[in-house]
Order: sequence, then C-alpha cells, then structure tokens
Amino acid sequence: MRRGPTLFRTLVAAAALTVSVGALSPALAQQTKDGLNPTGQNPTAESVNEEFLFKQDPKITGRISIPDHKAANLIQPAGRDYRAFRESWLPWIGALAVLGIIALLGAFYLWRGRIRLEPNADSGKTILRFGGFERFTHWMTSSCFIILSLSGLNYIFGKRLLMPLIGADAFGVISQYAKYSHIYLAWPFMIGVALMLVLWIKDNIPNRIDWQWIKAGGGFLGKGHPHAERFNAGQKMVFWMVVGFGSAMSITGLMMIFPFALTDITGMQVMQVVHSLIGVAFIAGILAHIYIGTLGMEGAYDAMGSGQVDLGWAKDHHDLWVAKEQAKTRNDSRISPHQVPAE
Amino acid sequence: MARMKFLCDADRCIECNACVTACKNEHEVPWGINRRRVVTLNDGKPGERSVSMACMHCTDAPCAAVCPVNCFYTTADAVVLHSKDICIGCGYCFYACPFGAPQYPKVGNFGSRGKMDKCTYCAGGPEPDLSTIEYEKYGSNRLAEGKLPLCAEMCSTKALLAGDGEMIAEIYKQRVIKRGYGSGAWGWKTAYRETVAI
Repeated sequence: MRRGPTLFRTLVAAAALTVSVGALSPALAQQTKDGLNPTGQNPTAESVNEEFLFKQDPKITGRISIPDHKAANLIQPAGRDYRAFRESWLPWIGALAVLGIIALLGAFYLWRGRIRLEPNADSGKTILRFGGFERFTHWMTSSCFIILSLSGLNYIFGKRLLMPLIGADAFGVISQYAKYSHIYLAWPFMIGVALMLVLWIKDNIPNRIDWQWIKAGGGFLGKGHPHAERFNAGQKMVFWMVVGFGSAMSITGLMMIFPFALTDITGMQVMQVVHSLIGVAFIAGILAHIYIGTLGMEGAYDAMGSGQVDLGWAKDHHDLWVAKEQAKTRNDSRISPHQVPAE
Repeated sequence: MARMKFLCDADRCIECNACVTACKNEHEVPWGINRRRVVTLNDGKPGERSVSMACMHCTDAPCAAVCPVNCFYTTADAVVLHSKDICIGCGYCFYACPFGAPQYPKVGNFGSRGKMDKCTYCAGGPEPDLSTIEYEKYGSNRLAEGKLPLCAEMCSTKALLAGDGEMIAEIYKQRVIKRGYGSGAWGWKTAYRETVAI
C-alpha cells in the first residue's frame, strides 16, 4: 500500500532530473570549452588547504583508518617550538641552574667557611634524631635521586659532553642503561617521596617560629641560633621542595612512562618541558641540601648517618625539639651517653 | 646530488592506502608500525581531501636536533636516516616531529618502547648498502638500486611524488596550471621552510 506514493515520487524525480540535465547540456559544453570542470563547479573553491586549517587550529588533524589514533594528526608545527626549547633554551637553563648553585655554594663556603660545632655543657652526649626507618627512607630516595639526576642530565648534556669523549656506540649503550635506570628507579623514588610526606609532614607545617628563624638569618647568615623545632624553616623548605617537585616530577614522569595514555602530542611536549625545567631546579635545590648536610655544617651529617646527633649541637640548632623530646621521656631514653658499650 | 622530497597532490589522492600497504610489505614493517599513513581531512564534508604522509626528510630536521644520543644523520641526497644501534627509544623525536613520523614497536611498557622506526625514503640505514642486516633493521634499500621510494612509484593516481625537490615541484606546478587548481604541497612549509610557488 505504501509503495505507491514512493514509486510515484521516484518517477517524478527521475523525470525532473532528465529535464534539468537536458537544459544544462549547452551550458555544460560551454564551460568545458573554457577549461572549467565538467560539473560546473570549481573544485578548489571548497577544498581544504593548509593555510586555512592552520588559522583554525595549530594542528591539522583528520580521520585515519589505522588503529593508532596519534597518526590522525597530520601536521603539528609546534614540534619545532618544542625543539627550540629543548635544544636552544634547556641546555643553558640547565647549565645555569646546576653550575650557578655550585658557584653560589662555593662562594658561600669561602665567605662563611664550615659552620663548626660549638662545644657546650651537653657536648659528648647524643640524641636520636632520625630512626632507622626514617634514615632508610631518606637514603632510598636520595640514592635513586642521584641516579635519576645523572641519567636525567644525560638526556640534555650527554651528547654534548660525554659523547665526544667515548664515541657514539659506547654512548648509545650507556644511554640505554641510563634510560632504563631512569624509568625503573623512578618507582622507588616515588615511594620514597610518598613515605617522606607521611613521616615528616607533621613536623613541617610552617608556623611563627619559622618566621623568626628566617628574620634572624637562620644561623647561617646571622649570629647565634634562633629557636627551632624538629625542623627549622630552611629544612621545612627542603621538605616542601622535595614533596612539591617530587610530585610534579612523578606526575609528568608517569605521563612519559605511559606516553599518550592521558594526553595528546601537545600534552606530551608540555610534560617534557615541565619535567626538564623542574628537574634542573630540583637538582640545584638538592645540591644546596647536600652541601649543608655534609661539608657546610659540622655535626649535621650524623643525623642521617648514624641517626645520633651531638646533644650540644641539637640544643643549639633545634632547642625546642630537644626540650620536647626530653619532656616526653623524663628518663631520656632517646638520649644516650656518647660511649656506647661494646657489644 | 639531488635533494630528495615527497609531495602529495591531495587533489589526486583517493585514499586507497596502497602506499601504506606497499611500504609495509616492501620493508617487512612489524605489526603496529606504519611508516606511511593516509589522513583524510574534512571527512565526508565538501572539500574533503586525503594526504599521504610519512617522514618528510626535513631540512634541519627537528628529530635529529632533539635526539639525546645524536642517532640521526642526513645522507648526500638529504634523506634523514637514523641508527637503531644508538637509538634508546626515548620518544623525543616523536614529540618534535611535525609529521608524526617516528614509530615505536612497543607502546608503554614502562617506557621501553624499543628502537624507533620511521620512513627511510627506501634508503636503508647506516649498515652496508643492500646487506641482510640493513634489510632486517631498516627494510630494503631501493635508492641504492637506483629506484625511487615504492610508495610513490606505485601510486595509482600518481598523487604521491618522490624525487628531487625541484623536479617534483615542477611536475606539480604544471599539473596545477593545466587543471586550474591545487590545494598545495602539504607540509612543505613546515618541512622545508618553502612551498611550491605557482
């Protein structure tokens, strides 16, 4: 029943088409003579072109018939900008950050010298500053950090400094292992940063005492020892730098370990730029941390070495913390005489 | 020496993907890697065009610049090649490449993507020309046999042109003049900092 009208419509359409083609024929012949397209249309009028597409979007993207969705991106000139950053800016920024902090620390050492222990009534006794698990967390994270920073710097400076010395093949092999170490040691590093956050956040909340500490020059620049709890303002800054930079490095690093899982090519470029910039800043910050924890201050290294620090040093540098510890345990279980009995 | 280039005449490309298939077959390219691909722009809309794209063998190639191990080199024919022995599979060349040419045999897997693979302009790699090891790593070396890349050679509509840049630009120019239109040499401005002036 319903076929009737449909058939009728089809016949009418066919008739109309025949009539119109007939009417167009002379015009069509005319256009062909003029070198125009037989359909009477100008194919360029509507065709896409590069210039127009770039005005709409900095990337030209289309449809692709293979499963690799990244391949749908036809042209992305931003790759040139990424290259300009990585090759023209990053080596200078990186060199300035790393060499700059070394020069600053060297100048500071020449000016201030090693900050010595000042013997007082409590010198000779020790107090437990960091327990075994705290020290384990510190050294796991820091040993990973050292390898991560060296293999990371290799991505920027390796071909400029190391490759001319050892040749392309040896450098390729070393870089391959450096890449594996960078990817696999990232995991214990990320666990370490997370553990540090849990272990030490309660002692690192900024407060008024920190402001006084900073105003007094923190004992580095000024004279005397401003009050400090378990961590002074400088140590709190290191803590928050490690947590902040560590998280940023973890997020951007994970995005690169699982490339294109969550982002597109532009996102990947941004991740790499952020990862490298924070990376060199992180290295500079940690170099300062290493300096003050070893060469810069006598007595500081013991805190992460044996975990036992000189009580006199602790009372000078972390007076409020020592008072709290001693109040907590009247029998001074954390404080032990310097001479440890032979075992 | 010639300055080898690719030029895809989008007004001729019919998206048959024969260039993609020919390339995969000629070089025994592994699963998941497409050295060449065809991208359709404005799909299903008026003015739809398809462009066959692979490595454009750029002038001052960004991939070569960002490579942390300098595994890239440019031949006398201006073909951009790389050494899979030196490549560490970091993926930076893919971020820098304007044309998405570099490919990796593995995806993710803690970033160990394997050695990068890309269009060699059918010119092999650093190993001796036409050796078995060269074929296994990079595919066949048609340039050493005096032939042009297979994708362009077998293109049914001759949309994809390969050869000396000036010669293929001249061919394209004549086509545009004869037929009266052309959507341009796709990617040339980005790859070679110049386009075909008509």
